[in-house]
Amino acid sequence: MRLDLNSRLEEHLFYILAGIGGLVTAVGMAAALFMEHSGHVVTGMNNQIVWGMPHVFAIFLIVAASGVLNVASIGSVFGKTVYKTRAPLSGLLAIAMLAAGLAVIMLDLGRADRLIVAMTHFNPTSVFGWNVILYPGFFGIVGIYLWTLMDRRMNPYYKPAGFAAFIWRLLLTTGTGSIFGFLVARQAYQSAMIAPMFIIMSFAWGLAVFMIVQKAMFAWNGMQLHPQIRSRMKNLLATFIAAVFYFVMVYHLTNIYFAKQTAFEQFILLSGGIFPTLFWGGYVFLGTLVPLLILFVPDLSKIRGSVFAAASLVLVGAFSLLYVFIIGGQVYPLEIFPGMDVKSSFFDGQIDTYTPSLPEILLGLGGFGIAFTATVIGVRVLKFLPQDDIHKLESAGHMLD
Amino acid sequence: MNEPQDKSRRALMGKAVTAAAVAGAGMGVAAIAPGLHLIEVAGAAPRTAGEAASNTVRWGMLIDSTKCAKDCNACVTACNTENGLVEPIKDARQGSQWIRKIDLKDPKNGREHSLPMMCQHCANPPCVDVCPTGASMKRADGIVLVDRHICIGCRYCMMACPYKARSFVHQPLTTQNPEVPRGIGCVESCTFCVQRVDKGLKPACVEACPEGAMTFGDLNDPNSAIAQRIAREATTQVRADLKLNLGVRYQGI
Amino acid sequence: MKAAALALFLALTSACAFAGAPKPAIKIENPGQCIAPAEEMRKNHMEMLHHQRDRTMRQGIRGEKASLNECINCHASKTTGSVLGKEGFCQECHSYAAVKLDCWDCHQPKAGHAKAAGVKP
Ligand code: SF4
Ligand code: SF4
Repeated sequence: MRLDLNSRLEEHLFYILAGIGGLVTAVGMAAALFMEHSGHVVTGMNNQIVWGMPHVFAIFLIVAASGVLNVASIGSVFGKTVYKTRAPLSGLLAIAMLAAGLAVIMLDLGRADRLIVAMTHFNPTSVFGWNVILYPGFFGIVGIYLWTLMDRRMNPYYKPAGFAAFIWRLLLTTGTGSIFGFLVARQAYQSAMIAPMFIIMSFAWGLAVFMIVQKAMFAWNGMQLHPQIRSRMKNLLATFIAAVFYFVMVYHLTNIYFAKQTAFEQFILLSGGIFPTLFWGGYVFLGTLVPLLILFVPDLSKIRGSVFAAASLVLVGAFSLLYVFIIGGQVYPLEIFPGMDVKSSFFDGQIDTYTPSLPEILLGLGGFGIAFTATVIGVRVLKFLPQDDIHKLESAGHMLD
Repeated sequence: MNEPQDKSRRALMGKAVTAAAVAGAGMGVAAIAPGLHLIEVAGAAPRTAGEAASNTVRWGMLIDSTKCAKDCNACVTACNTENGLVEPIKDARQGSQWIRKIDLKDPKNGREHSLPMMCQHCANPPCVDVCPTGASMKRADGIVLVDRHICIGCRYCMMACPYKARSFVHQPLTTQNPEVPRGIGCVESCTFCVQRVDKGLKPACVEACPEGAMTFGDLNDPNSAIAQRIAREATTQVRADLKLNLGVRYQGI
Repeated sequence: MKAAALALFLALTSACAFAGAPKPAIKIENPGQCIAPAEEMRKNHMEMLHHQRDRTMRQGIRGEKASLNECINCHASKTTGSVLGKEGFCQECHSYAAVKLDCWDCHQPKAGHAKAAGVKP
């Protein structure tokens, strides 16, 4: 069905979508308020599982936010015209998702009311502290970048702006990954692999989010993505999925063979109940193998909606992987006395369980609500729809590179 | 060895504690008039009211796990009473524990022993490194504290601490000890009973241990009992591989 | 920032005054004992406590003139034992001025609580 732009039906649909987004956001905020008021007793988090569901959502949003800007970078930094037309949408998504991710992290703080303190007191040795600078910087730089793209007078500056955004984005993801990489005492996180792994994960997840949004927007406007562009983006996604898989495997193998974290790896990969299930079933099978199959087998990838399905599965995999990484890494006991059997009233040496409570899940979903609403409104007010001038592209020979 | 010296020290400390208690009672809680000299007990130079903690002192603790009795919980109880950790909580995993007893068993030879575990007051504390606001801090005399005025409750320090020494307050509190403020949404951990140490007293756990398994004092003062024992006897730091230079040392592990 | 806060404070207080909100009934339990004249305390108690808190907390300076615990010991209501609640010395005025009290999430608002909880002196 084709919707005429700005027809009444289209207008109604817009309000319904924005309304749904707003509602999800409002429920999330209410959940946060409830948590703030009662304390974290109403969550499944505790002194063993210190970071829970809100962090899984927030870190997904932040990592994917940086990755989604990759689309723009390919356009400006590497000069690919097809991607350049997608840069504005990519920038908008990046800002929306980063804002959403940060909102979730902030609202989960024990003292969310002290936001001002977080901004006025700064500890230069803290990775979190660096991120306090990296995040607003990201908004600023992407904002300027969007401006250079969308305002003709600013066009001459779009290349340096794009380059700055590209560098800043890599720093940002390195910063996010390093939040974990600096936790030297925790078996799950003391790997140098983590920062690069986060960067490559951001590429894959960001592109998947972008392709989902792009598909929805094209459908909304009754348009079809040009098959050649579709095929190029699909190949890029497949490459990223494979790269993430490679990094995840290397991370686990180095943990097993070099860091000698065999007991921990055995838990995460084999014996740990939900965690191996999520890892193999959620991440490896649904999030990696199936999408790769869809994207690489020509008969499958030609089916309408198959690339969309593959991108969605990548997100399923992303969540599974983050859950295993963040929660699994804490459920497994900290080794205070290596090689000893320990027991205490504080659950030392004991594998813990974590059951997220409703408010914390709602808070996480509220983050999605924020990103969704911001995108829907942004796309509506400004021109973010990628417009491909196929003839021009073809005559310039750009479709081939 | 240094038994006699230790005994006389203990007697001296006992007297001084009583004196401090009497003085404290006379003045009301926490009333230290300006100019009053704090009584020297724990082994450092006396600190005058109005004087800042100094980095010439480094507070430390030596725990002899061979003396620590397996089923004894006296130090934990004393800590909870002193620091007002008395609030009931439904899920024990959300409750605060500043000090806890760990029972260890060596699977290779079956040897069992027990020890109290708490904040190790690292000289290079990871919790301080990672804290985004600077709420986690190390005082000049080596005591690691959380400044709850600027703690935002992000729990990054809990993730970073190698000893699981920190707890997050999950619910509103009403039963605080006036001298030990603590509350909802902030992270907390053992303070070496800073409110007592500043008065010249020993931490509550050290005082409560019936076996005398814990020694508290100034690691920087070569004449202190703790420094002398560390100089003469074999002591270990837990997870010494992390090179955090701990204020708490153990024997017999 | 500070100016804005002050402006807001004045606006709120005068709005209350004009709306005829009853003045807070502040009861001084131990008159004449304060560390500074009432006028100065009214204006500066937050600054005094703020600086003292940082010095005590971060530098370990004890026995300062301004001390929250001493405020409580002196100002706690003789009936409720607290500076909070109805007629509580702190709350009465802070509710009137609509300034959020952030101390009592962590600090004990009751005088003499230590003995009640069985804390050794
Ligand atoms: S033991 Fe943990 S809480 Fe204590 S100073 Fe070291 S890192 Fe910080
Ligand atoms: S929870 Fe508080 S003390 Fe710990 S890192 Fe965060 S702000 Fe610092």
